[in-house]
Amino acid sequence: MLKLILRRVIVAIPTLILVSIVIFGLQKILPGDPVLAMAGEERDPAVLDFLREKYRLNDPLPVQYVAWIKEVGQGNLGVSLRTDIPVTTLVSQKLPVTIQLAIMAMFFAILVGIPLGILAAVRKGTRVEFGANLFALSGMSIPNFWLGIILIMIVSVQFRLLPASGYVPPGRDFWLSMKTMLMPALVLSTAIAAYLMRHTRSAMLEALSADYVRTARAKGASERIVVLRHALRNALMPIVTLVTILFGELLAGAVLTEQIFGIPGFGKLLVDAVFNRDYAVVQGVVLCIAVGFIVLTLLADVLYILINPRLRYS
Amino acid sequence: MKKIALLAGGLLMGMAAVGHAQDLRIGMQDDPDTLDPHRSRTYAARIVFTSLCDKLVDIDSKLQFVPKLAKSWSWNDDNTALTFKLREDAVFHDGSKFDAQAAKANLDRALTLPESQRKSELASVSKVEAPDAYTLVINVKQPDAPLLAQLSDRAGMMLSPKSFAGEDSASAVGRNPVCSGPYKFVERVQNDRIVLEKFDKYYDAKDYAFDKVTFFAIPDSTVRLSNLKSGGIDILERANPSDVPAIKQDAGLVFKPVTGLGFRQFMFNVNNGEGAKNNPFSNKLVRQAFQLTIDRAAIGEVIGGGIFPPAQQPFPLASPYHSDKFPVVKPDIAKAKALLKEAGMETVQAQLTFANNTIEASTAEMVQAMAGQAGFQLSLRPTEYAAMLAESAKGNFQVDMRGWSGRVDPDGNIFSFVTCKGTLNDSKYCNPKVDEILRKARTISDQEKRKAVYDEAQTILQDELPSMYIYYQPWPFVVQKKVQGFEPFPDGMIRLQGVSFSKG
Amino acid sequence: MSAHAPAAAKGAFERRRSRSWSKFKRSPSAMLGAAIVVFFVLVAVFAPLIVGFDPAQVSFTAIRKAPSAMHWFGTDELGRDILSRMVYGARASLLAGMCSVLIALGVGVPFGLLAGYFGGLVDGCISRATEALLSIPFLILAIALAAFLGPSLVNAMIAIGVSAAPLFIRLARGQVLAIKNEDYVQSTRSLGASNTRIILRHILPNVMPALIVQATIMIASAIIAEASLSFLGLGLQPPNPSWGSMLNTAKNFMTQAPWMSIFPGSAIFLVVFGFNLLGDGLRDALDPRQEH
Repeated sequence: MLKLILRRVIVAIPTLILVSIVIFGLQKILPGDPVLAMAGEERDPAVLDFLREKYRLNDPLPVQYVAWIKEVGQGNLGVSLRTDIPVTTLVSQKLPVTIQLAIMAMFFAILVGIPLGILAAVRKGTRVEFGANLFALSGMSIPNFWLGIILIMIVSVQFRLLPASGYVPPGRDFWLSMKTMLMPALVLSTAIAAYLMRHTRSAMLEALSADYVRTARAKGASERIVVLRHALRNALMPIVTLVTILFGELLAGAVLTEQIFGIPGFGKLLVDAVFNRDYAVVQGVVLCIAVGFIVLTLLADVLYILINPRLRYS
Repeated sequence: MKKIALLAGGLLMGMAAVGHAQDLRIGMQDDPDTLDPHRSRTYAARIVFTSLCDKLVDIDSKLQFVPKLAKSWSWNDDNTALTFKLREDAVFHDGSKFDAQAAKANLDRALTLPESQRKSELASVSKVEAPDAYTLVINVKQPDAPLLAQLSDRAGMMLSPKSFAGEDSASAVGRNPVCSGPYKFVERVQNDRIVLEKFDKYYDAKDYAFDKVTFFAIPDSTVRLSNLKSGGIDILERANPSDVPAIKQDAGLVFKPVTGLGFRQFMFNVNNGEGAKNNPFSNKLVRQAFQLTIDRAAIGEVIGGGIFPPAQQPFPLASPYHSDKFPVVKPDIAKAKALLKEAGMETVQAQLTFANNTIEASTAEMVQAMAGQAGFQLSLRPTEYAAMLAESAKGNFQVDMRGWSGRVDPDGNIFSFVTCKGTLNDSKYCNPKVDEILRKARTISDQEKRKAVYDEAQTILQDELPSMYIYYQPWPFVVQKKVQGFEPFPDGMIRLQGVSFSKG
Repeated sequence: MSAHAPAAAKGAFERRRSRSWSKFKRSPSAMLGAAIVVFFVLVAVFAPLIVGFDPAQVSFTAIRKAPSAMHWFGTDELGRDILSRMVYGARASLLAGMCSVLIALGVGVPFGLLAGYFGGLVDGCISRATEALLSIPFLILAIALAAFLGPSLVNAMIAIGVSAAPLFIRLARGQVLAIKNEDYVQSTRSLGASNTRIILRHILPNVMPALIVQATIMIASAIIAEASLSFLGLGLQPPNPSWGSMLNTAKNFMTQAPWMSIFPGSAIFLVVFGFNLLGDGLRDALDPRQEH
């Protein structure tokens, strides 16, 4: 088993390198001179030249790439070209925000998605299942930025129940923090809940028709025990790994939600940086996301190997 | 029993006193860039600097200069040296004293720091001297009328010399500025907030009621407004024009607009590279015809909700250099068609480039419809702002729409745009006579004489039309009713002197 | 026996196809999905005949008017009829959805087939590259590409298509791996058929059902992606209407003109819902055991 895990880790390394090249390459072919955008309204030519020297923008691309990788290795992800703030600081400021959003969204998604999925599987063929399916499909089809706008219109503007935007860290004021994050988390959770529901349903269906369940039923066990103890436990395996992967998607998929609700998280940081041609920030942040994603997938695979009794003893 | 009551009473009083700590929260449209005044480039950063960093002189609401860190100033007889007498009770946030040496160190930094954005503003400066502790002398190579205005902004802002003594001072200062203004820097979260705290040793500390000022970056104007309405912020800048009628009707809010120093303009590619070769707009008659199709008042009404005053000239309404000789041109489709015919064209195909946001897109669409009435077939090309700057500089445009935040001194609103080598002259329009006139205007300090010279330049420019001004950029501020004493100036800055919350 | 295997396989394929079609017809939700999709396609195709107003016609006197008898969905911030703009917007959305998926299929399927069929180093390289691309979140990649290419509908389609291709690479590869070792493939190989023939004649048709299902569902995601890009200002440019950019403008007028937000968003929701229903129906019809 350890060999399996080790092999997985080694395979991830070339992927990492490729990702870094792709990210680096993307940024460099964006049109628009970042220095021109940085130089502001006055556009003093001496300043432009100096900035180009300072950020090595005149060097050949491979040279720039190697220099960047070296710095990353030393823990230096560069500095925002716009505000001088180090990228590592930005990451440490913004990541907790997006993680909070992701956790809250995941919480709602699990709360709604998994029970609904179980229900749909158990009540297969009835109107309950039909309703649940419809609900899930709607959740997947609704564009989250539209849902956000509608929610703001109704909840914040019409009924003044929750703040329309902004972010308060939970450390400063826990309940206010929850209030500002409630709508964004709900919006983000709809698509995830839908996917969870569908996956839970199919995993449960498969588990419920398996041999060991029929055995348990034949032995006279009550339906509830059959469902909860046997089927669910086995259905949980693929769901657990799915949750870990969905987390990665949440982290990045929050881009539009953060934009609408003015949450100063990762997604918003990235979009702003792309528009400002803030190379260093885009490179550093996407690298973090990609690395995080690869690590999470690794974790999911390892978890799967650990949980799956069949693989454990192979 | 009595002791407990006294204790409880004391505690309550203490809590009440703490409760009275006044915090002001300001909602801004953009997140400022670096907080180093010598390298900063954004309007948003200037708003923060107004409370954070004192400068040599300031302006009043009539754009006249008033003392700040300098008590008084005067030019010598041939206008080659500007002498300041500095105040003696100013202290930096780190405790060091402000004196002429410190001022000299700052100006030297602005002149010599490689990434300094202030170099072109101080281009005329030859040497800075500090003959005694509170006298500062700035020597210039030739008379420079705009200089004082530059020193009323970022070029004249004073950082504590100790804070930029080190090697990588640029980044360090940008992250943690140490100035001498009424508020000192506490912390910053990019794209979120900047927190300032009252500096007790400020010489006019008693005029500032707030203990803490927080600037929030809330780019979405609708969200900014709903934050103001719900009490999340106290002041907001740049309200959405379409929200203005509702704001005026809201009893809990006060609409405080001021017409700014800046404008929005069309710039035509007259002579810049390939883009000018087949550009119908390189012909003066076509430009004049275009102007005759545009109803500036309608744009102001529809897009601006009534707060975008039409602009015919680069000098704002508040400026003493604004001239009555050039009234706003009213649309005249028949005349426009006639001019096009004179130029030998029935229809004109051209491309309008502009930065991609809602207000500009709506304006461009309106312009497209208006110009279409006389035979202009404009295709719209929205681009992302950074890309547009690059393209226009290279000449890859026919006509673009751009804004300018405006400068106190009239030279700042015209020189770089229309002189042959002007850094912002993407149209590459070049008329040596205009250059000569504008250079002369830079050397005249007398307002009357200077205005007459600018009128001369304008007479030529209004006919040749390398740029066409559309409207003056307003600064629509909105505050909560409890905010007292807030008066925005035409430069769009938020000055907190005398501003407070009303009781109850 | 070996000579009949390919023929037998072909016959089985035909039978499966007619069985799937009747199954599809019997499912009400699948038919509903198909109906919705067909409705929007018709609207998009016959747009010029349906609209009552010119979608680009500005009218300074009719700004932000609420829905009325004359303007069923109201007018926008420049006085343009929203219904007409929405009808034309259907074109942008559907075009974007379908073309991006076509691009994704065109790029992804060949690589996936190659990786699955040949295995070894080819598979190793392609799979690593695919994983690398998949580590960058779909929307981020699309935003970066769209910003590089410049804001326009075509570029948005290319950006979305390229960003979605890795998913099809992975899917195609997985499908190939599943059937690579089946009897009819092996027997054809032993008969001496070339790799190309095997891939194109035998593997591809059996991989198709899964691809079709995934493609249909992907169209739904692509439509949302296009709307998202337009919402951020990167897709179809004004004055051409796109549902996403209409929503982008609408959010500035939430209080004054809520109808500007309600209708375009509902349209996106409905068409995506339709494609998702259709995709589900196709999946059930083609292989119910593959429920995900």
